Amino acid sequence: MRVEGQDVGDLTTAVRRFVREVLVPAEPAVEENDAIPAAIVEQLRSFGLFGMTIPEAYGGLGLCMLAEARVAFEIGYAAPAFRSYFGTSNGVGTLGILLDGTDEQKRRYLPRIAKGAIMAAFCLTEPDAGSDAAAITTRARRDGDDYVISGTKRFVTNAPQAGLFTVFARTADKDAGIAGISTFLVDRERAGIEIGPLDRKMGFRGSQSADVRFDECRVPAATLLGGKEGVGFKTAMRCLDHARIHMAAISVGLCTRLIDEGVRHALGRKQFGRAIAQFQLIQAMLADSEAECFAARAMVEAAARAKDQGEPVTKQAACCKYFATEAAGRIADRVLQLHGGYGYLKDFPIERLYRDVRLLRLYEGTSQIQQLVIARELLAEKAR
Amino acid sequence: MKVLIAIKRVIDYNVKIRVKSDNSGVETANVKFSMNPFDEIAVEEAVRLKEAGKAEELVAVSMGVAQCQETIRTALAMGADRGILVQTDAELQPLAVAKLLKALVDKEQPQLVILGKQAIDDDSNQTGQMLAALLGWPQGTFASKVTLGDGKAEVVREIDGGLETVEIKLPAVVSTDLRLNEPRYASLPNIMKAKKKPIDTVTPADLGVDVAPRLVTLKVEEPAKRKAGVKVASVAELVDKLKNEAKVI
Ligand SMILES: Cc1cc2nc3c(=O)[nH]c(=O)nc-3n(C[C@H](O)[C@H](O)[C@H](O)COP(=O)(O)OP(=O)(O)OC[C@H]3O[C@@H](n4cnc5c(N)ncnc54)[C@H](O)[C@@H]3O)c2cc1C
Repeated sequence: MRVEGQDVGDLTTAVRRFVREVLVPAEPAVEENDAIPAAIVEQLRSFGLFGMTIPEAYGGLGLCMLAEARVAFEIGYAAPAFRSYFGTSNGVGTLGILLDGTDEQKRRYLPRIAKGAIMAAFCLTEPDAGSDAAAITTRARRDGDDYVISGTKRFVTNAPQAGLFTVFARTADKDAGIAGISTFLVDRERAGIEIGPLDRKMGFRGSQSADVRFDECRVPAATLLGGKEGVGFKTAMRCLDHARIHMAAISVGLCTRLIDEGVRHALGRKQFGRAIAQFQLIQAMLADSEAECFAARAMVEAAARAKDQGEPVTKQAACCKYFATEAAGRIADRVLQLHGGYGYLKDFPIERLYRDVRLLRLYEGTSQIQQLVIARELLAEKAR
Repeated sequence: MKVLIAIKRVIDYNVKIRVKSDNSGVETANVKFSMNPFDEIAVEEAVRLKEAGKAEELVAVSMGVAQCQETIRTALAMGADRGILVQTDAELQPLAVAKLLKALVDKEQPQLVILGKQAIDDDSNQTGQMLAALLGWPQGTFASKVTLGDGKAEVVREIDGGLETVEIKLPAVVSTDLRLNEPRYASLPNIMKAKKKPIDTVTPADLGVDVAPRLVTLKVEEPAKRKAGVKVASVAELVDKLKNEAKVI
């Protein structure tokens, strides 16, 4: 059972220590090599971060939304590439199995995902279907007891490492709209899967994404999520509230980090005979950042609490993702500004965090898409 | 074999310690506490003994205020099987702790007691030795390596200027030094499981121990501030200052 108010003080203490003693010191190496060192991957696994959202019965932690958000506040403090590494295993891909998977599918995948033995990658976006995810054209054609999948998926995070691809594909005509979209759990070993060259990104070094091409990839009908056609897209949408609150919580963690970097520099750097932290214009930047971070945290906690109580939170979740990621962007900009020229040098973490933070407003629904969702829900409420 | 691990709740090693304005002690309000790092090494060693099949049951003991439960939970998350909290709000000095531990050893009959060589708060470095004396057991202090044999243990000790290897008969007391091992991070699933492991609570009175302090703290003060350094213009000036001002060469 997911209950509100799990006591997770000991979890967050442990995660905080792990983040500050293991992950943060490893950031420069991750940036330099564009890869998370194998020893750290092993530590992420044994520490148990891959199974945060998976119930205890399947070897996960079974955290309620509020508890998960509090853990995510801590994780978000480190460079977001780390979270990316175990994030797809905790995110929409896995949540879909949890919500709508058959017992057989849950037993087959969840324990291994929770242990970090396999990574799950989420294959929704396509070259011509980004914000308009319902426009996907990847096809899954029924052929006897099998389906045959063909199409190209874009921006698939962890594609090179994934053992499982959660693939969204059309099982019915375009006219069927979203009811014609199904989800397949495709093992990497299947024939007809090709991973493209790694995306060359602005930031998030250490987290890899690539195109995944399915060329007449034949999978048994048992790989159909929930054993039913047409549930795929609805399942994905049902996971979104959760994913958005999670992403907002990660952003809050990153805001905290950015502010710490800013405060450290403002106290250490002297100009005009005093620490720049003593100048009120610098203080204003820090104050605005702290206030926004506090607001984002409070929003996430309120939305998470409401979700744990079974309330509909689509609007709140979109508000959280929108505000927290945009706030992180503003804070990163201010913190770079108060670093002066040093903020533009690779010697300071802010240069890298500034590039990392940019992605948060783009993926898992752009800020504009969040605005659309908020307005849609708001207007529907008022029309009632 | 049963192993008893003694762990102390201390101010976290990352906290900048502040002396109270009335000089009666250090500030503990709104300060983060965690397990004494040397005791963490003791827990790790015990867990490794269990993983190697050399110990069956690990009992983690802490003494002090109710919040010591959290410290015990950390040990349970790392792999200890159950906990005992000797709960008291009284100030506990090393001799009182050693007496309480002796009472628990009489009850639990472990073959090995393992604990940090000292706690990072008062740095007494006495409890293990006092316990061994009270029990009349052999002791292997400042351990940097522990190898269990049949009814005995070989302990490599960190001493001034090198290492000393001693063989001690079990049951025995071992106190841990920094290089013994590197403690693991308790995994998140194990932290969740630790919530369900049992912790017994007893009081010093239950154990028949008088914990009244034998020492009185008169005054606690900050260490003297280091004076700012000076820059010298040349090696010659440096040598001159070292010779004539600092008088160290
Ligand atoms: C590093 C990275 C990792 C990713 N990982 C994954 C992954 O693992 N799995 C996966 O499936 N996807 C992944 N994505 C894809 C990501 O979710 C999409 O990039 C995102 O949804 C936006 O789609 P798009 O890039 O096609 O932009 P577009 O949809 O082309 O948007 C372009 C611009 O138009 C705006 N816009 C679009 N429609 C509207 C509208 N109706 N009203 C107003 N404005 C609009 C957008 O907000 C944006 O500003 C990843 C992306 C990146 C960059």
